[in-house]
Amino acid sequence: MEILPIEVIDKLVIIVAVFGISLVIAMYSTLAERKVSAFLQDRIGPNRAGIFGIFQPLADGVKFFMKEEIIPATADKGLFILGPSLSMLTACMTSAVIPWGDTLELFGRVIPLQVTDINIAVLYVFAVVSIGVYGIMIGGWASNNKFSLLGALRASSQMISYEIAMGLSIVALIMTTGTMSIGEIVYQQGGELYGIGALDGFAWNVFYQPLGFLIFMICAFAECNRTPFDLPECEAELVGGYHTEYSSMKLGFYLFAEYINMFISSAIMSALYFGGFNFPFIDKLDLSHNWETIIGVGFFFTKIIAFIFFFMWIRWTLPRFRYDQLMRLGWKILIPLSILNIIITGLVLLLTL
Amino acid sequence: MYSLSKKSKVVVKKEMTWSEKLYLPAIFQGLMITIRHFFKKKATLQYPEQKKEFAAVYRGKHILKRDEQGRENCTACGLCAVSCPAEAITIVAAERQKGEEHLYREEKYAASYEINMLRCIFCGLCEEACPKDAVYLTEELAPASFDRTDFIFGKDKLVQPLGTSAHPKTYKPYKK
Repeated sequence: MEILPIEVIDKLVIIVAVFGISLVIAMYSTLAERKVSAFLQDRIGPNRAGIFGIFQPLADGVKFFMKEEIIPATADKGLFILGPSLSMLTACMTSAVIPWGDTLELFGRVIPLQVTDINIAVLYVFAVVSIGVYGIMIGGWASNNKFSLLGALRASSQMISYEIAMGLSIVALIMTTGTMSIGEIVYQQGGELYGIGALDGFAWNVFYQPLGFLIFMICAFAECNRTPFDLPECEAELVGGYHTEYSSMKLGFYLFAEYINMFISSAIMSALYFGGFNFPFIDKLDLSHNWETIIGVGFFFTKIIAFIFFFMWIRWTLPRFRYDQLMRLGWKILIPLSILNIIITGLVLLLTL
Repeated sequence: MYSLSKKSKVVVKKEMTWSEKLYLPAIFQGLMITIRHFFKKKATLQYPEQKKEFAAVYRGKHILKRDEQGRENCTACGLCAVSCPAEAITIVAAERQKGEEHLYREEKYAASYEINMLRCIFCGLCEEACPKDAVYLTEELAPASFDRTDFIFGKDKLVQPLGTSAHPKTYKPYKK
């Protein structure tokens, strides 16, 4: 396939848009986190910077940039800077394979709303996410501080443990869909649920793989280092965990990477299990293709925001796990469960085909 | 053991049932509790715009009253200083001279009347002790400061300003 220069421009526009949108959403997630936590605790939350605290993220950003940047004398300077950069980089890289919407027909050309639809997208996501742990590990190691090192150790062992269960839960999904391209998986979910015509556009994988979804979601919480799995930054035991020594925008990068990760994993969950940009009864509306796409994108983002809210809702409901409980859940419960899920899926596929 | 409040529960460590071991129902229950709070009325008071009403018996900064003709009531009898459990009040008495009748009601007056606000415990015993209706505790807050000397309130800060009457904001005796 030859690549036309106009297609490169298309892709560049989409990349910049995706990048911008994920940064803006991560920015406002910080505000949303504070607002949601406040509302769940019968408070109001930040409301002084603009109406409903709408400029709070800007104020926080300015504050982060104004703070003194301290690199500890005993720290490894190069690695100390590399840590947060790597965290941020891997957080932003995953968004490349997520299909944000159907195709747009503009100027006589068909533009898919996806940076790239590679046929091993699921593997790509896993590869990038597992590099993400290096950001935390390197940062914790370079700080030359016991608390940071313990936090980094916890992060790495936790992520490695939960990646296995996550991968195994995805295997069952790939067995039913028969493809690793996320775009293809999303298109498949536009059909009829269990072959019932009234449930058109509802063939979401969550109805075929409920156990797989549950395992995937729990692992996504662990991968994002969110409560109840936020042991790496466990402020009660480890001061600040891996980012104890960090200040200014380097700390900001770590915190920001966490929110981008949350956004991306919400996007992946809604793409893989909740039908992505599909919404029910899309054909009944009788709209032009472009309008359908735009509404689909809206639905996709609604799903993502609902998942982000769920992340926060869980955070302000559940207490943190103890470390042995975390390992027990990962190795003794989630991994056997996901293997069981694979076996059941395989049996059902064998019997129905 | 007999429980007085009848609220105590006997703790028994027993094996969890299968559904309890799943944890998911318990997590769901917890989520329902938190989401109920999401829609509840918030307890926050937007402080500078909204202020909470003081209780009717609130005891704040002291005031040295004047009578209807603007003369100071205090006669420097020292009963307030004697009654003060924190020993916060210091009074220097002086005799009223000719031509000062419009300033002081009694023949003897307080040349200096100091309350150490760091010692004061705002108990209101000075107000109870005063036979001349002179000292009262108002609804005003005693202001904070970075300097210890600022907390010794002299007559300049305590005496009711001239021309003001007993208006409720600055002066409200807590008993009639």
